[in-house]
Amino acid sequence: MSEISLTVNGKRVSGAAEDRTLLVHFLRENLGLTGTHVGCDTSQCGACVVHVDGKAVKSCTMLAVQASGSSVVTIEGLADGADLHPMQAAFKEHHGLQCGFCTPGMIMAATDMVNRHPEGLDEATVRAELEGNICRCTGYHNIVKAILAASETMSSKGKVRQAA
Amino acid sequence: MYPVNYHRAASVADAVKLLETGDAKLLSGGMTLIPAMKTRLAAPSDLVDLSHIEELKGIEVAGSTITIHAATTHHDVASDEKLKKACPALAHMASRIGDPAVRYKGTIGGSIANNDPAADYPAALLALDAIIVTNKREIAADAFFAGLFETALEDGEIVTAVTFTAPAKAAYEKFRNPASRYAIVGVFVANGADGVRVAVTGAGDSGVFRSKEIEAALATNFDAAALNGVKVPANDLMSDIHASADYRANLIAVMAKRAVAAANA
Repeated sequence: MSEISLTVNGKRVSGAAEDRTLLVHFLRENLGLTGTHVGCDTSQCGACVVHVDGKAVKSCTMLAVQASGSSVVTIEGLADGADLHPMQAAFKEHHGLQCGFCTPGMIMAATDMVNRHPEGLDEATVRAELEGNICRCTGYHNIVKAILAASETMSSKGKVRQAA
Repeated sequence: MYPVNYHRAASVADAVKLLETGDAKLLSGGMTLIPAMKTRLAAPSDLVDLSHIEELKGIEVAGSTITIHAATTHHDVASDEKLKKACPALAHMASRIGDPAVRYKGTIGGSIANNDPAADYPAALLALDAIIVTNKREIAADAFFAGLFETALEDGEIVTAVTFTAPAKAAYEKFRNPASRYAIVGVFVANGADGVRVAVTGAGDSGVFRSKEIEAALATNFDAAALNGVKVPANDLMSDIHASADYRANLIAVMAKRAVAAANA
């Protein structure tokens, strides 16, 4: 057992867990943050993607104790109160989900993708960088549209913020 | 996953000491080891985490000499501006390992110490004639990669860095399994001061190897056309549900041609 301390969605949390506990299980079972999903359990589908210290990682392929001391953002931490994050709003607007199971991982991977490409995104880049996220409904077309739209909104907001 | 005890190493010396605990294994990015533990293919009693050791991180480029410390992630190799100038082939190769989330965690040291027969880095380091630096000695890539998931590393030995001289021209091309993203065949070609070296991953029965046939054809003429008609023998190549040995033999020549064309572009 180890004592695990994390900052999750801006709040300091801690709890005891076996060393073999995966980060995704710690988030879901110890913290009750069930927005992060377990899809494949074999590191391929990306439904469990969260941000650890600002980087999108698969929380089913990391022990909770490995993340101890880190800052974690999950899907629950993206919206600003009732205001959806631009990526969430774009998924809603462009119907970027069908059953919705892959959506939390898609959105966490997509926000990281936009952060990694301040120069902007094109369709080929979005499709290539979604390699680690599987949509079993095969709804990729609207997911790509949503990410491209959010990328525009997020970069124009960034410019406004820089100008201000 | 079976129970395990986690230890966070503060230094390489600390890691060596912790590695003496039970049946301990080193944990770097964990992109292979954690999935293997989840499926109980690996069941170490203890894990020694190397990813918080500062001395194991970073890339140094001094003229044409490149040193990459072992816990440097694929993402950092792919996006390092100095490396992109000095050896773009290696940075580009790293940008195509796994997927973005895997590249944030997986490390060069972890990849070569694991020596998966379909991993990308073993081909790169063998073709680049790299030296693998450990806490005990320096090992030439030719002697380091010993077979399927086997290396020259001894008990208590930890990869700390790799170093090589940037070649004048190099490129890597792979034919990926669309599901696993591992190479069915990957070919790294390097044309450096000591001649042409060509290493193949994904195909060999005993892991990564140098292709004598392709190297001989390119030795006097580093041009894709020099590979027209070159046959790679299918002996000692893998056959599995994804590709037969003959198919892999043909793919080696095709990927080598594409790599040489890319290196010359």
